[in-house]
Amino acid sequence: MAGTPMVKAESVHKNFGRLEVLRGIDLEVAPREVMCMIGPSGSGKSTFLRCINHLEKIDAGRLSVDGELVGYRQQGDKLYELHDAEVCRKRSEIGMVFQRFNLFPHMTALENVIEAPLRVKRESRAIAVDRGRRLLERVGLAEKVDAYPNQLSGGQQQRVAIARALAMQPKLMLFDEPTSALDPELVGEVLDVMRGLAEDGMTMVVVTHEMGFAREVGDSLVFMDAGVVVEAGKPKDVLTSPQHERTRTFLSSVL
Amino acid sequence: MADAVAQRPEAIKAVPVRHPGRWVAAVVVLAIAAAIVYTIAAAIQSDLTAYGSGWAAVGHYVFHRLILQGIVVTLELTILAMVIGIILGVILAVMRISPNPVVSTVSWFYVWFFRGTPVLVQIFFWFNLNLILPHIGIGIPFTSIWWQVSTNTLITPFMAATLGLGLNEAAYMAEIVRAGIISVEHGQTEAAQALGMDRLLVMQRIVLPQAMRVIIPPTGNETISMLKTSSLAFAASVTELFTRQQQIATATYAVLELLIVASIWYLVMTSILTVGQYYLERRFGRGTQRGLPMTPFQRFRRMLVTFHAPPPATQAAPAVLPSEHR
Repeated sequence: MAGTPMVKAESVHKNFGRLEVLRGIDLEVAPREVMCMIGPSGSGKSTFLRCINHLEKIDAGRLSVDGELVGYRQQGDKLYELHDAEVCRKRSEIGMVFQRFNLFPHMTALENVIEAPLRVKRESRAIAVDRGRRLLERVGLAEKVDAYPNQLSGGQQQRVAIARALAMQPKLMLFDEPTSALDPELVGEVLDVMRGLAEDGMTMVVVTHEMGFAREVGDSLVFMDAGVVVEAGKPKDVLTSPQHERTRTFLSSVL
Repeated sequence: MADAVAQRPEAIKAVPVRHPGRWVAAVVVLAIAAAIVYTIAAAIQSDLTAYGSGWAAVGHYVFHRLILQGIVVTLELTILAMVIGIILGVILAVMRISPNPVVSTVSWFYVWFFRGTPVLVQIFFWFNLNLILPHIGIGIPFTSIWWQVSTNTLITPFMAATLGLGLNEAAYMAEIVRAGIISVEHGQTEAAQALGMDRLLVMQRIVLPQAMRVIIPPTGNETISMLKTSSLAFAASVTELFTRQQQIATATYAVLELLIVASIWYLVMTSILTVGQYYLERRFGRGTQRGLPMTPFQRFRRMLVTFHAPPPATQAAPAVLPSEHR
């Protein structure tokens, strides 16, 4: 694999109190790669995703995004904690989409999308609005720019949330079970948007239960259980001929 | 199946349940209210004052220049104290949830102290500060830079009352604002953080605007309460409405008449505030309800219509916003 990996995890550990949530995660995501993560709930996949975006701090190991350590700065062999401002800057380069959308309910779809470009990147309003409209159009919501989130269906809200993350022109997109809170008939429209993103070469880490999506769109698939990566590889290989008993059991219960 | 739609049975026309109990209750309540009002009204009518009957005195003083001046001072006090209370309250609430332990402890201590002592004591304290501190000054140690002012010049009676009421109010507002902040779902903060917003931006743009929905009703309540509590400025000899009526009453012996005059004005002012609060709530309810809630007038109209009907089930509010979804 040439060049710096977009995400590189080496023996990443994380515990909440005495509960070990991540017990040594090693993996790499190359630029333009779409990595899907599957596993039973409580296996640590969401926590790992949140660690990438500084929403959780790791307790041991090394985690870096685009060649830079997450949460720390290394000088010699000493680690220094990052200042809030630096953490904010790094987060602004990573887009994140949540299971429960988390759109800002007091803002219209367009306002949701342009908020961070205006306030964080201090872009001019004209530029932010222009890009915001184009992004909403891209996710198929051109006519919903002035709608408030509660006037939108779950699928529409999630598409606005994707547009909101894209508005910051991130180099990496994290998806935390983006379709798990949706009615079954609305899942497709969100996956279509994500498929389009993948085709455009966006680097994506997707925690999902959508095996079809993982198989068709994913470049790699990681199966996690109890805080470790049990199995990783090409989606087709992992899904059709899993090597581990634990993977087989999980897959047979969800497929 | 196809003609099941065509054969829709005609709409049900049933005799509604009668509610004679409601009419009986209304008559009883009205009778008691009439008796109380009549007794007091008659007593005041028979009270002799310099202007004839008691009601004549009420009529004479209700628009009296001194009373109107008192109302202006009451409003000034209320507005200033609430402005101090709200601004300081927001600052204290944000301080309270700060990760910096020094900052959050200061806020905790402030609320503990100012909520724990009577507001009357606090007004008296500011009013009498000159007894122990004749001068107030600030300067830079070890230099000759020093600025000071006589306490009596700085803290006028009006200032003492404003400080007492405002600083006390800040302690209550801090708790109200904090409750509002806590009420905003944590996912909102996370989503904002994930976009790279810092703590201050998240608070200012995402959390506080949403907290407003929870903050405004009790703040309206506090404002109404402050309008009346401002009468404690009496203790600092500030000539607001209550002090004014008291002064006139002492001079004319028309004690109850002037209390009625003051009560009329307090009621007028609180009523106006109640209406204002309502529309403010509608404004900040934006995006949180599918339709806007009914205005008081709309509700009153519905109450008249449904008086003898069964209690209305949660009827959909008139949708003002376009509500096509899904």
